[in-house]
Amino acid sequence: MDWVNAIIQGILIGGLYALFAAGLSLIFGVMRLVNIAHGDLIVATAYLAWVIIKATGVHPLVSLIFVLPIAAFIGYWLQIGIFNRVLGKDILPPLLVSFGLSVIIQNGLLATFTVDSHKLNAGVFETSSFEILPGISIGYFPLLMFFTAIAVIIALQYMFYHTSLGRAFRATSDDTEVALLMGLDNRKVYAWAMAICLAVVALAGVFLAIRSNFDPFMGPGRLIFGFEAVIIGGLGNLWGTLIGGVILGVAQGLGAELDPGWQVLAGHLAFLLVLAIRPRGLFPRIAG
Amino acid sequence: MSEPLLTIEHLEAAYGDARALHGLDFSLNAGETLALIGANGAGKSTLLKSICGLVSNKSGRILFKGKDIAGLPANEIVKQGIALVPEGRRLFPSLSVEENLILGGKVKRSGHWSLDTIYSLFPILKEKRHAPSTSLSGGQQQMVAIGRALMSNPDLLLLDELSLGLAPIIIKDIYELLPKITGNGVTAILVEQDVTRALHSASHFICLQEGHISLSGDPKLHTRDAITRAYFGT
Repeated sequence: MDWVNAIIQGILIGGLYALFAAGLSLIFGVMRLVNIAHGDLIVATAYLAWVIIKATGVHPLVSLIFVLPIAAFIGYWLQIGIFNRVLGKDILPPLLVSFGLSVIIQNGLLATFTVDSHKLNAGVFETSSFEILPGISIGYFPLLMFFTAIAVIIALQYMFYHTSLGRAFRATSDDTEVALLMGLDNRKVYAWAMAICLAVVALAGVFLAIRSNFDPFMGPGRLIFGFEAVIIGGLGNLWGTLIGGVILGVAQGLGAELDPGWQVLAGHLAFLLVLAIRPRGLFPRIAG
Repeated sequence: MSEPLLTIEHLEAAYGDARALHGLDFSLNAGETLALIGANGAGKSTLLKSICGLVSNKSGRILFKGKDIAGLPANEIVKQGIALVPEGRRLFPSLSVEENLILGGKVKRSGHWSLDTIYSLFPILKEKRHAPSTSLSGGQQQMVAIGRALMSNPDLLLLDELSLGLAPIIIKDIYELLPKITGNGVTAILVEQDVTRALHSASHFICLQEGHISLSGDPKLHTRDAITRAYFGT
């Protein structure tokens, strides 16, 4: 029963990893930017929620009403102010800038909030669960994370393929120059993509902070999980990203079941295994 | 006589250190069709790209409806009423035929052209409207590229190498439709390798040679020999 339990919990945590990954995938798809600061942005939004909760006393999930739009706003101007200035034919400058941003965010958080770890307190909701089989219970919170991830992916898919904003994303990604000829300002298109990415990041950040302690240096680890979920699922495929997250979560769960020290390692091994067998991921998008 | 639709004054353009246009001057009246001819590298595409804002490294003035647009970015110029059908069609592969057309109409200028009128001009596109744009034949893709440009209801339509990579029969079809397009009051600049076809469809021509205008005027008033000499620079 322990093993079944490990798999089920792994699947649910996969939802969180998919949330880490969805924003990365969106940004890479629209502007070919590999955002090294993605994990640090997740942690930064967790701190943002912490500050808002401290000031207002609202429940962490209620704090999302503030955190999501603030994060999206920051994302929009982060793109206009920084990334748009370095995006071009060469993919190296934006990569380096995002690396620098990562260092700045980590040290900014350290200077402001110290190295002490924090946690968002969601009350009894964090630990309450229901039993589906004797010996196997499912927590309401992990279940919420998982279904939120599915909802986010459905929403992103819909946005991408059925709205004019999604059309602008795809067109700009296909051919920036011709998109300009259609009257699309690529800098604004990118800014909207980053705004949406940061909203998803904020969701992931708040969930992460409810689930466990967080400190200023947690970002790179979350970035790796996000990357691994994207690569396992196949670049440019949002549903693949969810499956990538689930595979990573299950591998970590099974690893922890063998030996608690193997949790993270097992996830990396699963990732390497998929890379060895299917270098382009399990469900790569066929390049147009 | 009314003011020309487009007036180009001392236009120079360069890619890095390589100058492609050396001070061009010409003007174009509303309703005219101008054929732009010249050998490879003469600067035809550079001229079109300069007009629609894709070449930023340029000097001189580009007056469109009396306003200097030389400093505007491409996404603003299309709003003024200039649309380009790019060389090689360059449809958006992730978008369906209809999505390509809808995006062309994004600037929402009013006028004759809409999805309905494009579909009546090119009925085959209505049939294939949900197909990915890359699944179409070359000729059909060119129709989408033309339709996409028309969707912005331009006053000035720039057509770059319409016949490139297409079968002769299809080129003939497309050129037979041209009067229907320009007949709606659209002014056009036509860049074409096929000089005979270009001169036949145009009321005026400009022959470029290494970034200079080597000959221009009414095609009927120049002998074929004179045009050939201007083309090759002999």
